[in-house]
Amino acid sequence: MRHFDYARADGTRAAIQAHGSDDEAAGYQTGGAAYLAGGTTLLDLVKLDVMQPDKIVDINGVALDEIERLDDGRLRIGAMVTNTALARDERVTADYAVLSQALLAGASTQLRNKATTGGNVMQRVRCPYFRDGVSDCNKREPGSGCAAIGGVNRSVHAVLGTSESCIATHPSDMCVAMAAIGATVEVEGPDGKREIDFAEFHLLPGDTPEQEHALKPGELITHVVLDAPMQNARSSYLKLRDRQSYQFALASSAVIVTLDGNTIRKARVALGGVGTKPWRAPEVEAALEGKQASEALFADVAKRAFDNATAYAHNAYKIPLGQQAIVRNLVDLTQSVDPTAA
Amino acid sequence: MSNDNRSDGTDGAKRGGIIGAGVPRIDGPDKLSGRANYAADNLPPNLSYAYGVFSTVASGTVSRLSVEEARQMPGVVDVFHHGHFPTLYRSPSSFAQGNKVEETRLPFEDERVYYEGQFVALVVADTFDNARAAARRVKVDYSAESAIANLEQGVQAHGTKKGSGNHARGDAAANFDGAAHTIDVTYRTPVETHNPMEMHASTAWWDDDHLTIFDASQGVVVARNALSKIFAMPPERITVHAPYIGSGFGSKLWTWPHAIATAAVSRELGRPVQLVVPRPQMFTTTGHRPETRQRLRLATDASGKLVSLRHESINTTSFTDQYVETCGSVTKSLYSCPNLTVSHETTRVNRGTPTSMRAPGAAPGLFALESAVDEMADAAGVDPLQFRLDNYAERDESQDLEFSSNHIVEATNRAAEKFGWANRNPEVGSMKDGREIVGYGMAACNWEAMKMACDARVSIRADGTAFASCATQDIGTGTYTIVAQTVSDVTGIPIDRVTVKLGDSSYPDGPVSGGSWATATTLPAIAKAARAALDEMKRYATGDNGAFADSEADALEVADGGLRSADGTQTSFADILKAARYGSADGEAHTDAADSEYSYRSFGAHFVEVRWDPGISRLRVARVFSAIDVGRVINETTARNQVEGAVVMGIGMGLFEATEYDERNARPVNNNYAEYLVPVHADQPEIDVILLDYPDTKFNEYGARGIGEIGITGLAAAVANAVHHATGKRIRELPITLDKLMEDVPQARSA
Repeated sequence: MRHFDYARADGTRAAIQAHGSDDEAAGYQTGGAAYLAGGTTLLDLVKLDVMQPDKIVDINGVALDEIERLDDGRLRIGAMVTNTALARDERVTADYAVLSQALLAGASTQLRNKATTGGNVMQRVRCPYFRDGVSDCNKREPGSGCAAIGGVNRSVHAVLGTSESCIATHPSDMCVAMAAIGATVEVEGPDGKREIDFAEFHLLPGDTPEQEHALKPGELITHVVLDAPMQNARSSYLKLRDRQSYQFALASSAVIVTLDGNTIRKARVALGGVGTKPWRAPEVEAALEGKQASEALFADVAKRAFDNATAYAHNAYKIPLGQQAIVRNLVDLTQSVDPTAA
Repeated sequence: MSNDNRSDGTDGAKRGGIIGAGVPRIDGPDKLSGRANYAADNLPPNLSYAYGVFSTVASGTVSRLSVEEARQMPGVVDVFHHGHFPTLYRSPSSFAQGNKVEETRLPFEDERVYYEGQFVALVVADTFDNARAAARRVKVDYSAESAIANLEQGVQAHGTKKGSGNHARGDAAANFDGAAHTIDVTYRTPVETHNPMEMHASTAWWDDDHLTIFDASQGVVVARNALSKIFAMPPERITVHAPYIGSGFGSKLWTWPHAIATAAVSRELGRPVQLVVPRPQMFTTTGHRPETRQRLRLATDASGKLVSLRHESINTTSFTDQYVETCGSVTKSLYSCPNLTVSHETTRVNRGTPTSMRAPGAAPGLFALESAVDEMADAAGVDPLQFRLDNYAERDESQDLEFSSNHIVEATNRAAEKFGWANRNPEVGSMKDGREIVGYGMAACNWEAMKMACDARVSIRADGTAFASCATQDIGTGTYTIVAQTVSDVTGIPIDRVTVKLGDSSYPDGPVSGGSWATATTLPAIAKAARAALDEMKRYATGDNGAFADSEADALEVADGGLRSADGTQTSFADILKAARYGSADGEAHTDAADSEYSYRSFGAHFVEVRWDPGISRLRVARVFSAIDVGRVINETTARNQVEGAVVMGIGMGLFEATEYDERNARPVNNNYAEYLVPVHADQPEIDVILLDYPDTKFNEYGARGIGEIGITGLAAAVANAVHHATGKRIRELPITLDKLMEDVPQARSA
């Protein structure tokens, strides 16, 4: 491991001050400072020599571990709330089942106990060509190329939102649920506090895959605020993968619906494992709302999510698999089938 | 898990109470408490740490190596590479001489690079972190050449080379043409990586020209002998320790470059050195199960009797060594067929040298054979279970020998009955349960029973305890425990007063822990040594001033931790030794390798239920019922654990495991625990193991044939056969992933 400075902050301001704001100019990869929360991404990548920060600011002493219900019905989650605590919180299990399920579908118990809400939002890609420190990777070394295109790209590579520069999926399950729910990311930085719409937080790779998110240098996520729950909504997260645990999604769906009899009034659909960011599918939602729930409808609308998909050498199957994730989730939510059966 | 299935094996063998009992592992408390010391747990004073610099190209030469920056890094002691490394000598790598290594090329022998992840430099520093940090500052330039990345590329580039283990009888080609039913199918299996929990590790130091090395090794004696050749020094001046290893699955059978390098640089630096192989290099420089392509041609007569069988296998090997994956090893003798050909060939690729992985040859070979047998049964219109019963061999036709003991028919029938094979509707896709389509599949399993020469020592001590030692290893399978059971069985000393020491090359020569031969090899030697110790005890007892000075040794019998004379006088071992003023009664013994009077093999059958949910493309294994005929079961608990573990590993082979190489540069891509998939707990089905427990006393006095490997053989085929029953898809290339079963997968629009 390379040597770096280590600072432990006991408050948000102190953390931001210790961090400074001149980092990340070189593409967030080498030099500069990094915040350390659960460490489940950062420490791995530092040990792999893929991230090489000069300074690590440990924010585990920063009191951002509360979950509070706001007056307007939204739920404000501190950035340091662990994935385990968030998944088990009664307000989450009652109002945002999709989020609890998504969290519990991710990683392993040990990782969830360490991983934090803010850290999960900042999770980095699992693309092996990014992580090997050697292959061409525009994210790691802008301009070097994308070895995943033309390489092995079956599992952790996307069919939606890809570019000639990068095809890695965003690996988070939690973020897929948040994309469906709708949320605001509260951040604080050298220039003060601001809010970022969750949908705008993660960036498409385009030709700058090294730019992964909307944070400015030195900014720290302090909270994620979930939109107020939809009344009488049902929600569920369905994750499809090769093995039944401890694998990133090959395809997943986060679905929230409200029903009036058999008519879908509102729908929120987001996809994981298939997109380069947590993938909201508004075209699917629009095609569902006002319609009678039926498997035929679901199959038809699910196709729309992949109208603009690009299949690479080994991941074309994600196009039908992603549709299956949408259809089965909708069927289970609208037909009162035991959703745990999937 | 069922445990009520043990037959009353009564082949005339004695049956002590402790043999066969489910004795808990005697090393369990040490492992649970952390007292068990593994190779990297040894931290001698003044220890330094080595970390490798690994090639990032798979073929070519190191053109320039810049170490100056690394040398300036904190704590760095030295940086070794092909231009700065002591002269060593290759081992002849002879199995017969006991000095086998798998990768015969020595580390840093020259500037050539044969595979990605090959050691090209080694940094030694005062801490692990400093060594790793400095290793990353070593700059290596390569003159890269185009790499051969997989089997097809290898065959195309330079064809194949004949391998070993070939066999032919009758005329398979002539009897294929014109047969009533024929199939001609090709199967493929990918590279699998062993991935034991404990990474390869070595801790070495030298005292007065004596090398001590703690190595994660499945064979301390062979490691010692190989190091003796490599360092050109007598084996007596080398001690290899492996008291515990965190599993090996074959990857730790033979000495790999890192262990040689660790010992060499320790001698150069005059201080202890420790090296732990990083997980990514566990995929490159410590062996793997090679990729195979297997063509099966089978033919039957009109009634479904096999008349011709050809099993032709090609596997990948490295540019430095020929490793043959003997996929047809089981094919030679499992089925009765007068016209049969088995052939093995290899092709070179830019990967490290392959090695044995649990059930080498048989695991990929039976995937192909037992899939093909299902296809043959289908073509002949016979139920796959009945087809096997009709065609199982009654004697080993490849060697023209009787089997020493073979209960495959009973194993197949019992597992079938318990599984409920009779409920199988043979129509593909016909068995539905809600959203899931149920598939039933089965396959035979088979493994050769082997027994090596072995030495052992047993002492009965004045404090009433016994001590047994043998330079074999317990690789997590339970060898410590079954040795203690054997000593207790012979001497009557309770197992909690038996100390067992293994994993030290200075003990009497014991076998490599591999091939499922450790049990059959070690136990007879231990028993013989224990009897020799008892004979010594009797001589002490009947000597001058002995407790039984008036008796003949032959008249004394062993009873209740002592000796008893015909008149009922009883004296404990402790008192006998005390009277004679001896500290212990010692016995040493040698037992020979197996004879060739019979064909010694283990048998069994797997029955598997899979469930396929086409709506979400989810395939899972729901049930595995296996019946295994491995001779006598020495320890009910550890034996069952071996089969259950092998079944889980077989599910991994069937559904998940594959080391993926980038075909452009031969680099392994999924070289970590997150992306190289093995089954997790959530993937584990109901497993029911029937252990037949018929002692094979023609094989050895305990009648045990060994149980570590047979459970994985055939399992992937049983899964594939069940998948075919559920989906109608015959997947001939492992692993059986969901994308291979999906319909309507579009064409890729890009690379």
